[in-house]
Amino acid sequence: MGVLVACHECDLLQREALLPGGGVARCGRCGAELYRDRPASLERTLALTAGALVLFAIANSFPILGLALQGQVIDATLYDTVRRLWDEDMKSVAALVFVTTIAVPLLELCALAYLLAPVRFGRVPPHFPLVFRVLQAVRPWGMVEVFMLGVLVSLVKLAHLAGVVPGIALWSFGALMLVMAAISAVFDPRALWQAADAAQPEAMR
Amino acid sequence: MTAAMTAAELGLLSCHTCRLVSRPARGLGEMGCPRCGAALHLRKPASVSRSWALLVAAVILYIPANLLPMMKTSSLFGSQSDTIMSGVVYFWTSGSWYLALIIFFASVMVPLLKMIALALLLVSVQRRSRWQPEQRARLYRLVEFVGRWSMLDIYVVAVIVALVQLKAIATIQPGAGAVAFGAVVVLTMFSAMAFDARLIWDTRAQSHG
Repeated sequence: MGVLVACHECDLLQREALLPGGGVARCGRCGAELYRDRPASLERTLALTAGALVLFAIANSFPILGLALQGQVIDATLYDTVRRLWDEDMKSVAALVFVTTIAVPLLELCALAYLLAPVRFGRVPPHFPLVFRVLQAVRPWGMVEVFMLGVLVSLVKLAHLAGVVPGIALWSFGALMLVMAAISAVFDPRALWQAADAAQPEAMR
Repeated sequence: MTAAMTAAELGLLSCHTCRLVSRPARGLGEMGCPRCGAALHLRKPASVSRSWALLVAAVILYIPANLLPMMKTSSLFGSQSDTIMSGVVYFWTSGSWYLALIIFFASVMVPLLKMIALALLLVSVQRRSRWQPEQRARLYRLVEFVGRWSMLDIYVVAVIVALVQLKAIATIQPGAGAVAFGAVVVLTMFSAMAFDARLIWDTRAQSHG
């Protein structure tokens, strides 16, 4: 007998079955995805998270775009764009950009690393449930991929005005977007809880 | 156990955060998930009214978001205000029709369709409709997936404003439309989160708590 699982979209109660490699279990009534077999989920997510943290650091340290006009180049990092909106008295928009492109992605990556690294080696880090809840709560607000599209649109818009110089951070952001998409494809909360339960069955109660 | 019972019908609670199905402990006012500690509810509390409230606020703000300028350009040749639609028109006439389509879709169509879809879902749930639950569930999934892409225009404004500050030639300032537009995106996302998709299916059951 498998573990009970309730569909998060229609609440139908079902029993978990063993899936073939890469298989997907869907709700029998509404078709929502119940869970998915993600091979080596913990290891892959951890590896991608480490890579994403490096890309995140690069993407935030260098200018995204530069504007060349009359021998003068003006460039801006992601933080500069937030800063400029803040100075223009668009504090709410500045906060929105900061939260969705800097704070949430960083928090998400740190939380993943904090949860996954110790569990991978059979230990459950302190405040495991709390960090997991924070991770699940912030995930919808990370919008690196939307930001990337926004930068590309701005690039075309500005190209009419002056010479646009793509910065190092533009490429790292592109890469970060792909790696973060890979993380959400590979990360399996079910596997994480199973591993954590196996590592420390008592502390999880 | 019969084939088609919901967790609620069997008195079981499923956790939103970690998906664990548990039996609520008796005599406890505040119930937390025994595994991850998140608050447990049979259904999201006041789901319909919360979702409606956020949706109505978003609909109201959608008007200034489209009428007020997103950006104000000041140059030697005077100043100019750009709303979302004038940005779309600009791209269309300057030959970048694919960009015009992307922006029109992300900034105009997505928020509008999202608000219509949420209203449809809310009305159908309130009327305890049995109409096409599978299609409505699919609609909800689509709304949740596509909503974030409306942030596109906010990022465009942020990047352009940061770069175009050539004091002598032209400066671009963000307009009040950007604030309203950002609020529409955030409010509709919260509205979709407050909505409990399980209510779509609850009409099939006789009753629950």
